[in-house]
Amino acid sequence: MGVGILVEHLNAWYGTTHTLQDINLHIPANHATALIGPSGCGKSTFVRCLNRMHETNPIARATGTVKMGDVDIYADASPVEIRRRVGMVFQRPNPFPTMSIYDNVVSGLKLNGFRNKKILDETAERSLKSAALWDEVKDDWKKKSGASLSGGQQQRMCIARALAVDPEVLLMDEPASALDPVSTSKIEDLIFQLKSQYTIVIVTHNMQQAARVAENTGFFLNGKMVEFDSTHKIFTNPSDKRTEDYITGRFG
Amino acid sequence: MSSQALTPNGTPEPAPRPPMNFNTPALRLNFTIRKALNNVVSGLALLATLLVLVPLAAILVYLFYKGFSSLNYNFFTKIPAPPGVEGGGMANSIVGSGIVLALASLMGIPVGIAAGVYLAEFGRGRMLGNAIRFTADVLNGVPSIVVGISMYALIVKPQLHFSAFAGGVALAVMMIPTITRTTEEMLATVPHSIREAALGLGVPKWRTTLSVALRTASPGIITGCMLAFARVAGETAPLLFTALGNEFMSTSLNGPIDALPLRIYKYANSPFDEWHRVAWAGSLVLILMIMVSVTLVRIFASRGVLKGGN
Repeated sequence: MGVGILVEHLNAWYGTTHTLQDINLHIPANHATALIGPSGCGKSTFVRCLNRMHETNPIARATGTVKMGDVDIYADASPVEIRRRVGMVFQRPNPFPTMSIYDNVVSGLKLNGFRNKKILDETAERSLKSAALWDEVKDDWKKKSGASLSGGQQQRMCIARALAVDPEVLLMDEPASALDPVSTSKIEDLIFQLKSQYTIVIVTHNMQQAARVAENTGFFLNGKMVEFDSTHKIFTNPSDKRTEDYITGRFG
Repeated sequence: MSSQALTPNGTPEPAPRPPMNFNTPALRLNFTIRKALNNVVSGLALLATLLVLVPLAAILVYLFYKGFSSLNYNFFTKIPAPPGVEGGGMANSIVGSGIVLALASLMGIPVGIAAGVYLAEFGRGRMLGNAIRFTADVLNGVPSIVVGISMYALIVKPQLHFSAFAGGVALAVMMIPTITRTTEEMLATVPHSIREAALGLGVPKWRTTLSVALRTASPGIITGCMLAFARVAGETAPLLFTALGNEFMSTSLNGPIDALPLRIYKYANSPFDEWHRVAWAGSLVLILMIMVSVTLVRIFASRGVLKGGN
């Protein structure tokens, strides 16, 4: 099951650029939360702070508190442990090019030392079913290279790979922006099904997508979170003028 | 006031586009010249490719022509015979080359790859990283005879005897810089997104490096190791002061050992026609050994690594 995330006074820098400025936010468990905003506003940096991926860049730095359930991820846990519990799906599908579909999906388990073939097989099948890819690949999933799938299939395989390590939170950084409309709608259906079991945070440039999949939406601008509310409220009656300007297309 | 034509949006109609004429004599001539230039450059590239292949083919053909007739059962099973005595072979040189090269690979490949991994994954922009990169580049340019003399001073002299071990170390020293720089460059071509994928699954950095980055870069790294291997397999100078050479069969790492390049050098310098013929055969065997081992590793590697799209 998913856990809620409480973010308090989160600040992040790339070198001297202050990319996130005092973000405070509560992301409820087992719901989908969308983050919208123009390019460069800090949404991607924000999700990368939620699994401590931000700090893998040598010039990046972050301060503040991020609580996942009871755990302060910056104080009480190692980044490796946090990243296992917080799955991430990236903008472009990033399959491991040397691995089969099966090996891609179980890579998180295998690389963490799981050897039991029965568990690996079951997990791989369950994850591929959850990611709605099983029927398309079940015949040659152990032979076929993950990199030979289509872009949309690769992205669903990457979602299966993230699900296989049994995360509580799933971060998705524009997961459908490199995909065609058919693959996009499959990913959205998937998010709809997954959000009963996982806390999902999705960054998107597509406001219809935010409206379709997320209960709550946050609007970022210039490194600050301008507004956070129910998706319905953000899109019909935003409190902040800047949010209204953005969603009506007046800038951004 | 005559109103300007308006589009449905109410914006003024843009001014009509002036026609673009590509059919002037000057542009036609320009196009003809570019087409001709394209053919000339393609032809030059083809010619250059042939020029590269000609020496290789010539060497192989000539080696077969000069050496093949002296290849027989004795060549592979007997040790060298004195001048004038029939039936000598190079069994000790073949075995010796195998041992020295195996030693060099065992020492050089792990060290070279490990240093390359450090440079690519941990040493970027650090003083130590830059120092290692600089050292590797300098070492790459050190003449092989200098490597031989250095190993003589460092290993042979203190031990008071020549040895296969010293020869292996000398060749390993020559392999390391090539392997290090190839490994570094091949790892640099592995997209960052793939490392992030592994880190994002909660895989520790060392594991990501070993099982994801190195594995993805492995075809290129294997090529680098093969190049280094092929290069040192024919080296004579580093072995002159280290392995020394041996007229008899020896498999001891602690004593002088023969090697094909040493034997070829000795026979080619001799006044005996028979030895000259055997030297040609030795050269042919050396080239074939290199080709066979490179091919074997390639086949082995392509089976071990899953290729995309199959």
